[in-house]
Amino acid sequence: MTLDLALFVVLASVIAASAIGVVVAHTIVRSAVFLLFTLIGVAFLYFLIGAEFLGAAQLIVYVGGTLVLLVFGGMLTSGGPFQTLRVRRLEWLFGGFVALAIFAALAQVSLALGQRPTTDAPLPPGAGPLGVAFLTSHLLPFEIVSVHLLVVLVGAAYLARTRKRAALGSEDSASRRNGGTP
Amino acid sequence: MIPLSYILILSAFLFACGVLCIATKRNAIGILMGVELVLNAANINFVAFARYVPGFQMDGQVFAVMVIVLAAAEAAVALAIILNFYNNRNTVDVDEANQLRG
Amino acid sequence: MLSTLDQYLPHAVAIVVAAGVAALVVFAFIGAAAFLFIWGERKVSGRIQDRLGPTRVGKFGLLQSLADGIKLVTKEDFVPAGSDKFLFRIAPFVAFCAAFTGFIALPFAQGVVAQPLNVGAFFVLAVLSSEVFGVLLAGYSSANKWSLFGGVREAAQVVSYEIPRSLCVLVPVCIAGTLNLNTIATQQEGFFWNWYVFHDPFTFVAFFVFFIVATASCKRAPFDLAEAESELVAGFLTEYSGMRWSYFFLAEYASMFAMSALASILFLGGWHSGLLPFEPATAFGAILGNLVDVGVFILKGSALVVVMMWMRWSLPRLRIDQVMSTCLEYFVPISCGLLVGVCVWQLYVPSAVAEGTKYVLAFGSLAFAAITLVAAAKTRPTPQHSGAFAKP
Repeated sequence: MTLDLALFVVLASVIAASAIGVVVAHTIVRSAVFLLFTLIGVAFLYFLIGAEFLGAAQLIVYVGGTLVLLVFGGMLTSGGPFQTLRVRRLEWLFGGFVALAIFAALAQVSLALGQRPTTDAPLPPGAGPLGVAFLTSHLLPFEIVSVHLLVVLVGAAYLARTRKRAALGSEDSASRRNGGTP
Repeated sequence: MIPLSYILILSAFLFACGVLCIATKRNAIGILMGVELVLNAANINFVAFARYVPGFQMDGQVFAVMVIVLAAAEAAVALAIILNFYNNRNTVDVDEANQLRG
Repeated sequence: MLSTLDQYLPHAVAIVVAAGVAALVVFAFIGAAAFLFIWGERKVSGRIQDRLGPTRVGKFGLLQSLADGIKLVTKEDFVPAGSDKFLFRIAPFVAFCAAFTGFIALPFAQGVVAQPLNVGAFFVLAVLSSEVFGVLLAGYSSANKWSLFGGVREAAQVVSYEIPRSLCVLVPVCIAGTLNLNTIATQQEGFFWNWYVFHDPFTFVAFFVFFIVATASCKRAPFDLAEAESELVAGFLTEYSGMRWSYFFLAEYASMFAMSALASILFLGGWHSGLLPFEPATAFGAILGNLVDVGVFILKGSALVVVMMWMRWSLPRLRIDQVMSTCLEYFVPISCGLLVGVCVWQLYVPSAVAEGTKYVLAFGSLAFAAITLVAAAKTRPTPQHSGAFAKP
């Protein structure tokens, strides 16, 4: 058993265990903490495979951005402190059956794919070639994604504002002008 | 060297967990977490193929970066919608979102 | 080190041993740094407030942190009833691990780094930004309104300040053309006008913006809204005591040093003293030269940490809405402008002008610093300002 394989086994068990934790956790913030461990594990898996840029991107975008947003949302929308999530037993049975079927199908495909000869190709290209690729051979998706991000930015800001915001905003700026605390 | 099929099985497991999460959770944010798990499973596959299939090295990484960016965008919009729903109905239980039933 | 170990051990074992040694060295460094910084913070705050600071334990009160440590270890490890006990217990470790992992990719001298990464700058930023999770979890799991407010404020603040921080890091990265911290520092070899802070006006401004934003993302005063003790008791720390509380402090001082070290690598020439036209590691031999380099690097990082302390005890705390509007209305547009400006400068400014700007900026700042120091040395405290020690 080589070192790579041993590290992979450790990482994979951490990822799998915390993925189960996400599903069975009782409160939404605990789910988010297990998701945090899953995402960090996946980031280190990328480092192990040799895709350094993707590992760092996973850390900064998912862990530093998306997951903080999710926890933030979970805190803002929970009715009370430590509100528990209830799941009916029938739903567990049915959902578990579907998930097991999907896992079995995918695992069979994966094993079949693993039989094919793969070459131990050199490490995937780093940040530099990736950036060049984004501006030359993959320019169109890059531009589409950037426009899409702008649309998302405007759309999310538009959706999340409340109806009363206009009145509140003017009140707030008025109090700021008067030097008072809002 | 890690065999390719091990990584693929790990990603299959993550995918199944994500589907189970989407199926069982009623909290909209819990469902969003399931979606993140599913997207991560897909991403692991892209990176694994980028590592082991010589012709796919650049494309695999580009796909993975796109998925990460789009997942972040999706989370932002979904959270905005969830907060809006919470403002209107005072809950994030997706079973309560039945206004279009008529 | 890996190659030396390889001669005696099987390759896999050698890698594990080398990793363990690197982790131990980093851990010991963080512990020693926090030990001295806590003492330094008390001394700095004391002098600024016209007090002496700690004097009793050891020479100049140097062992004060040790006494504090013993006190903290012997305190009861308290978990409030009604809290989420699992999250309450792991929150300090999440914060500490994030700060600790940041050190893995920081080069202390040419090649003296726990794990060389091609995306080092990106990695350090990514890891340090996940420290917010510890604070957020601590605030949530304490089941206390003050803690929750502290945690939520911290989340909002850090997520916003991450944007100008990353953009400011991109400014020197644009000049260097790499994300590898080792290469970035090597490019600034030689006299101090080769440092990227003096490269052009945009990097000069970017350094100050980065430093302020880094202070905010380490939740240091004047941006310490998460534990604002005049509003929120102690914010997210309210329910913590003993060792778990001190882990948060270790994480805070570790991330302060990591941020300062990152600033000194990106802008201030890393381990180059700026006074020698050659690289010490090649001139003095590997061991002595690297020791000089590591010393210079730690000195630079610590100097920036002391500036952070100076800011903390000199400036009043901002309100939360002021913190957010400072970031979103000023720092984000400024750092976007800096990034565009540095690209335009690289492309269109003739090299003679660029060289001239470098010397003007370097010697201008030197002259400004000298004038300020002389003026400060000439100032004598007037009786009404000298406070407690003034003779009647």
